[in-house]
Amino acid sequence: MRKLWHWMNKRKLLTGPYLLWAVGFIILPLLMIIYYGLTSSDGGFTLENLLAIGDPIHYKALGQSLLIAFGSTCISLIIAYPLAYILSKNQGSKKGIIIMLFILPMWINFLLRVLALQMILANTGILNGILNFFGLPSQHLLYTRTAILIGMTYDYLPFMILPIYNAMCKIDRDLIHAAADLGAGNKLIFRKIILPLSMPGVISGIIMVFVPSISEFAIADILGGSKILLIGNVIEQEFSLTNNWHLGSGLSIVLMVFIFISMAVMNKNDAEGEGQMIW
Amino acid sequence: MSKKPLIDLVNITKSFDDTCVLDDLNLSIKENEFLTLLGPSGCGKTTTLRILGGFVTPDKGSVIFDGQDITQVPPNKRNLNTVFQKYALFPHMNIEENIAFGLKISHKPKTYIKDKIKYALKLVNLQGYEKRMPSYLSGGQQQRIAIARAIVNEPKVLLLDEPLGALDLKLRQDMQYELIRLKNELGITFVYVTHDQEEALTMSDTVVVMNQGYIQQMGTPEDIYNEPENAFVADFIGDSNIIDGLMVRDELVEILGVKFACVDKGFGNYKPVDVVIRPEDIILGNPGEGSMDGVVSHLIFKGVHYEMEVMANGFEWLVQSTVAHAVGTPVSLRVDPFNIQIMNKPESEDEKAVALDE
Repeated sequence: MRKLWHWMNKRKLLTGPYLLWAVGFIILPLLMIIYYGLTSSDGGFTLENLLAIGDPIHYKALGQSLLIAFGSTCISLIIAYPLAYILSKNQGSKKGIIIMLFILPMWINFLLRVLALQMILANTGILNGILNFFGLPSQHLLYTRTAILIGMTYDYLPFMILPIYNAMCKIDRDLIHAAADLGAGNKLIFRKIILPLSMPGVISGIIMVFVPSISEFAIADILGGSKILLIGNVIEQEFSLTNNWHLGSGLSIVLMVFIFISMAVMNKNDAEGEGQMIW
Repeated sequence: MSKKPLIDLVNITKSFDDTCVLDDLNLSIKENEFLTLLGPSGCGKTTTLRILGGFVTPDKGSVIFDGQDITQVPPNKRNLNTVFQKYALFPHMNIEENIAFGLKISHKPKTYIKDKIKYALKLVNLQGYEKRMPSYLSGGQQQRIAIARAIVNEPKVLLLDEPLGALDLKLRQDMQYELIRLKNELGITFVYVTHDQEEALTMSDTVVVMNQGYIQQMGTPEDIYNEPENAFVADFIGDSNIIDGLMVRDELVEILGVKFACVDKGFGNYKPVDVVIRPEDIILGNPGEGSMDGVVSHLIFKGVHYEMEVMANGFEWLVQSTVAHAVGTPVSLRVDPFNIQIMNKPESEDEKAVALDE
């Protein structure tokens, strides 16, 4: 005990609260998942829970998750990149308001936002009301893959905009001036300077949208009904419905591996240096 | 040097958010000239350069380049290149790609580009650096690459925005010689912006001293140093003693109650004037031998010479001499008549603002 106190001398003591938090809510749960994932119900070591991903229900759910995560990442990128570009070019005071508009939803509880979206997308919801008002046919959106895609994009879009916007703001104006000075027109300046130099922002945006999307289950529950099963739903059900913590943990480990792989791929691209992969 | 003008700035006025940066500026830049825009920060020198480069559009007035009005021509269509203050090398491209940037845009053949890169790197003494990334180069090396990147495009004019500002003293002096050599080898016009008077005097054919959006004086470095037209220029260029004086009559000026012989004429009788005396022009002697007596109040060793402050007749004189006089030593001051520079007191409001600035 004495040694421990000595070790946690004055300044280190300040990290105490976080340390406690990290041990209690990050490290212990992780160890528990690993323990449950690698054991069977009788307590013996097994790889069965990991190999359970080979079950068609499971790998289809994982594939579905990856597909939707990929889709929402792409849509977010398509929306966010031009917006961030225009915002970063704009020097005016309106800029703050527009950024605010995109961050504002983040201040409202995530579940509330998804539930609101459910109201909008429902068969007799607001969207169809508007469509009908203009004489357009109703769209069947709720409880489809499209609804999940819309929900995820809506929720994660700010995480794509902000890093890209930051990266673009960091580009020195003189680099753009220099390119123009050397004869480059606007198109070329964009392609040779702005695009490669904003790549770090694009990559962190992709990570921040793609990674949490893979394990998403609440959006799929609310907007997908029970029709579309994502890997997140499967894991959630193993814990809450069937009470099979071993299988749920095993599939969680598999999911984590996928997340680590996707992050490693992204970081490798980033490490090649300030978006050099473009050239 | 009667070369024909290459660039004419005509009645250029520019304001940023109600602050007038340039007011009706007229400037003519000759072919093959090394012209320096010199002044304190905020004097409008950088804005002038940016107007030349095309990054800033003037509110009024026009830029004439080689007989053509290029006021509205965007930077990428101008036949001049800029070396930026912080180099602005493209961080995601290696040195070769940086230098080739302009050449690729103008669709030069590959072998030509290769030869040009080699030639430019040799010119700036950085052979073999083709494959390095800019961030691995020192400030001085990055600066030379920035120059190489600009000159491979064979511009008629090279614009340099305080290019040596971020370098240390020794490197700055080396680069000054390098720039003079480059200018002579390339035979193009250099427009150089700096706040460093020594840099301006060392390198330029013509120095334009600016303050608060106005040109204060334009001339050769010798003219600017020896014959400053007003107190601002005298104060800004080198060290100087600026004293209130009274022009008693032609060739006689009264300073602090003592009459000095000088060589200036035509100011009128008993007219208040500004008198400029350079610190190296004051000759110290034994008490009683000079025009006025004083006591040394400060002494600093500056390397080439000693710098002293001498309290005499209620004025702290700045004196530079190779001979040191200890603090507290009584001395006399003497100035040769041709080293006394007489200037009119500022009359107009503009001129007053200028004089008050320092």
